[in-house]
Amino acid sequence: MGESENSSGRRRFLKSVAAVGAAVPAAAALGADPHTHHGHRAELAQAGRVKGQAQPQVYGWMTRPEQAFIEAAVARLIPADELGPGAKEAGVSYFIDQQLAGAYGTMARNYRQGPWPEGTPQQGYQSRLTPQEIYRAAMREIDASCLSRFQEPFHRLPDAEQDRMLSELESGKFALESVSGNFFFGLLLANTMEGFFADPIYGGNRDKAGWKLVGFPGVAASYADFIDKHNVPYNAEPVSIADVLQHKVAVDEHGHPRHVLLSKKD
Amino acid sequence: MATKLKPVDVVVIGVGVTGTILAKELAESGLKVVGIERGQMRDTFPDFQMPNAHDELKYQRRHDLMQDLSRETLTFRNNNHETALPMRYLGSFKPGEGVGGAGVHWGTQTWRFSPWDFETRSRTIARYGKNHLAEDCTSQDWGVTYEELEPHFDMFERVYWVCGKAGNLNGRIVPGGNPHEGPRSREYPLPPLKVTHAAALFTKAAQSLGYKPFPTPVSTPSMVYTNPYGVTMNACVYCGYCEGFACEMASKGSPQTTVMPVLMKNRYFELRTLANVIRINLDPAKKRAVGVTYVDSRGREFEQPAELVLLASYVFNNVRLMLQSGIGKPYDPVANTGVVGRNYAYQTPSSVNLFFDDRHFNSFMGAGGLGMAVDEFNSDNFDHAGLGFIGGGFIRSVSSGSRPIEVRPLPSGTPRWGSAWKKATAHYFNRTFGLALQGACQSYRGNYLDLDPTYRDAYGLPLLRMTFDRHDNEHKMSVYITNKAAEIAKAAGPSKMNVNPRTGRYTIVPYQSTHNTGGAVMGNDPSTSAVNRYLQSWDVPNVFVIGASAFPQNGGYNPTDTVGALTYWALDAIKNRYLKRPGPIAA
Ligand SMILES: Cc1cc2nc3c(=O)[nH]c(=O)nc-3n(C[C@H](O)[C@H](O)[C@H](O)COP(=O)(O)OP(=O)(O)OC[C@H]3O[C@@H](n4cnc5c(N)ncnc54)[C@H](O)[C@@H]3O)c2cc1C
Repeated sequence: MGESENSSGRRRFLKSVAAVGAAVPAAAALGADPHTHHGHRAELAQAGRVKGQAQPQVYGWMTRPEQAFIEAAVARLIPADELGPGAKEAGVSYFIDQQLAGAYGTMARNYRQGPWPEGTPQQGYQSRLTPQEIYRAAMREIDASCLSRFQEPFHRLPDAEQDRMLSELESGKFALESVSGNFFFGLLLANTMEGFFADPIYGGNRDKAGWKLVGFPGVAASYADFIDKHNVPYNAEPVSIADVLQHKVAVDEHGHPRHVLLSKKD
Repeated sequence: MATKLKPVDVVVIGVGVTGTILAKELAESGLKVVGIERGQMRDTFPDFQMPNAHDELKYQRRHDLMQDLSRETLTFRNNNHETALPMRYLGSFKPGEGVGGAGVHWGTQTWRFSPWDFETRSRTIARYGKNHLAEDCTSQDWGVTYEELEPHFDMFERVYWVCGKAGNLNGRIVPGGNPHEGPRSREYPLPPLKVTHAAALFTKAAQSLGYKPFPTPVSTPSMVYTNPYGVTMNACVYCGYCEGFACEMASKGSPQTTVMPVLMKNRYFELRTLANVIRINLDPAKKRAVGVTYVDSRGREFEQPAELVLLASYVFNNVRLMLQSGIGKPYDPVANTGVVGRNYAYQTPSSVNLFFDDRHFNSFMGAGGLGMAVDEFNSDNFDHAGLGFIGGGFIRSVSSGSRPIEVRPLPSGTPRWGSAWKKATAHYFNRTFGLALQGACQSYRGNYLDLDPTYRDAYGLPLLRMTFDRHDNEHKMSVYITNKAAEIAKAAGPSKMNVNPRTGRYTIVPYQSTHNTGGAVMGNDPSTSAVNRYLQSWDVPNVFVIGASAFPQNGGYNPTDTVGALTYWALDAIKNRYLKRPGPIAA
């Protein structure tokens, strides 16, 4: 039950990495060469490049098969389409990787003592496993099941087949061994939405793709002069935490950004 | 071994909304007051600053301002045939931790309970007869009336700079306000906030049905204001990061922005943070508290002797510390005896979502409680004969600011993911608003708090165990009032709407409200109340238990204005009666 020195040391370390944000990817901060970790440096650099940032995003926690699984899965949950980038393009897989490695993935702020009877649905989360452990077990089992059914891992299945597998997880029809498939699906969907809509400081919502999709301006301005304009859309170029901290936008006397209003949407 | 410290006059356990007011008023009267808080010191500067104050993941999803459950949580079950299991994630409610308590991240709606709420049992019987109450319903009168609390409501609203429009001034009904509220001695300290598009549509729709909409009272100032303690607040800028967040502007009523600037300058007050109180120590006869024991951040135990102990650690720890310390007789639902833990209740919220194809709401703008409300279906404001329930709730339009991780409702039937989800989300994010209903909840014999036999906190002490479910009364009420809200919604002309009454078993999973009540309820009869009408323990008279733990049942309004009023009411009794002659102050 107790955490080993190692894992709490690791957590502390990863926290400090998270604190500096997406501008310094985990592996770079580690001082590690992404090449030795992941092999195809160029490929990764290409896949994970953040617009306007010098360094590529890289994975710090997930194994290569897990990276492939997550990228494929989030791309089905929020697909790229005529409305714009999807979760994969927005870096949601990197967001999930960072979250699983940190306080969220290890349940640092959650009650973790046993016993762990299953309980009723009304009693909520009662797994002995942390989100980090749930993802690892579920991803392995889903891939194993895909391999035995289709001779291919999840990420190599056609889109329609992936959608069917995800729907079956969601409905509970696709049962897993270590955790409930439906439960894992719920976590995956919630984390995907978090990664798509959270501030880019956490590695997802790249180029503020999630915010642009819905018309959310991110860090708020003072709306005192606009709040009572009825039925008048306020279309602002979204502002992130980094934009303010790096002085990319002007701010007012309270530190609220001065939004740049766009003449029309898009 | 605990280190014994120098005695003080007063120990306040928990430095949140109630704790800061208690400490401020008593330190000012020259008593040596120590405030003991389990969490960190926090203040507008440097803790709640731009731009990081606007981080939805950190605050709404990872609960940075709220209770750290790795050290302490509670266990829950729907009824006593089940085994209670720990709440491992925050969900249904989000208690605070750290200086300011939940008053840092609350939603700022500042409602008075109605006169009926304080006399639920006697007024129900008088109007509908005894059979109108369910047999196992233990709702009761508070032992204090609205009229007695009125000056104390007034004080709290001035300290917390509440904006609103009076509807009943000394018995005279005033247009534009809530005609159903109890009489106010004077107008709100501040005028209402601005009116959003959502609120304007709601107002017109409600008026078309003959209801009397009024601005929801809120503790987010509409203009720069100086409170009776001489503390000045900024005007709210409607940034939309309010409930669940701390205010970077000092524009939200909270301990930090209303009371602490004065409290922290008082040399009779001492704040101790990262100090977790584990027990109130009693004399051998268990008739007198001699002080408290707490554990500091380095694991050291200290004993702080005090003449007066004020429990202000929110509902859960107010009850838990009483049970842990042996103050009052624990409630036993089988024998139906005892009082500590009795009458736990929890509100019955419900909602309606309105979706438009031709209107735009800038839904991300707003302030915690911003909106308009109607009160026709609250308390006993409508005839309950033949309805099979008592109580009700207000109906209000919500403009609290939608952040996209948490708040992006879609018409029911929309897929939860994939391209169809994406399209609907892009379309509706700014074309929707909601109506929220704060349904009441009666108390029942089977709903209570006690100590868990299995699970323990980080100090090895038993967790609090919650046994709770809503009853028929609550479900019928929720369906009835939510249908009324749906009629108003329909009159506003949406292209689609979701109607979400609260039925079925209570679950600890999704957020509902942090409006937990009871467990150390007030009253005039020591066999059905843990504290007297002045919130003084019947058994240990130098302990007062302050907070919503004193509510005998839950009303159809958010609790904090009533919690604030009870705090000033108890303070008045402490200063003017107890301190003059320490001992029991109610017969
Ligand atoms: C998300 C949210 C929204 C809300 N919105 C509204 C609203 O719109 N309107 C409304 O009326 N109410 C609202 N509330 C409720 C409101 O916050 C509470 O009613 C109010 O804070 C209660 O005051 P309190 O002093 O009893 O508790 P708190 O303000 O929470 O203070 C209790 C303090 O005690 C400390 N403590 C607990 N145990 C110990 C211990 N053992 N030792 C030392 N310290 C301890 C805690 O850390 C905390 O700081 C909301 C609450 C939440 C969480």
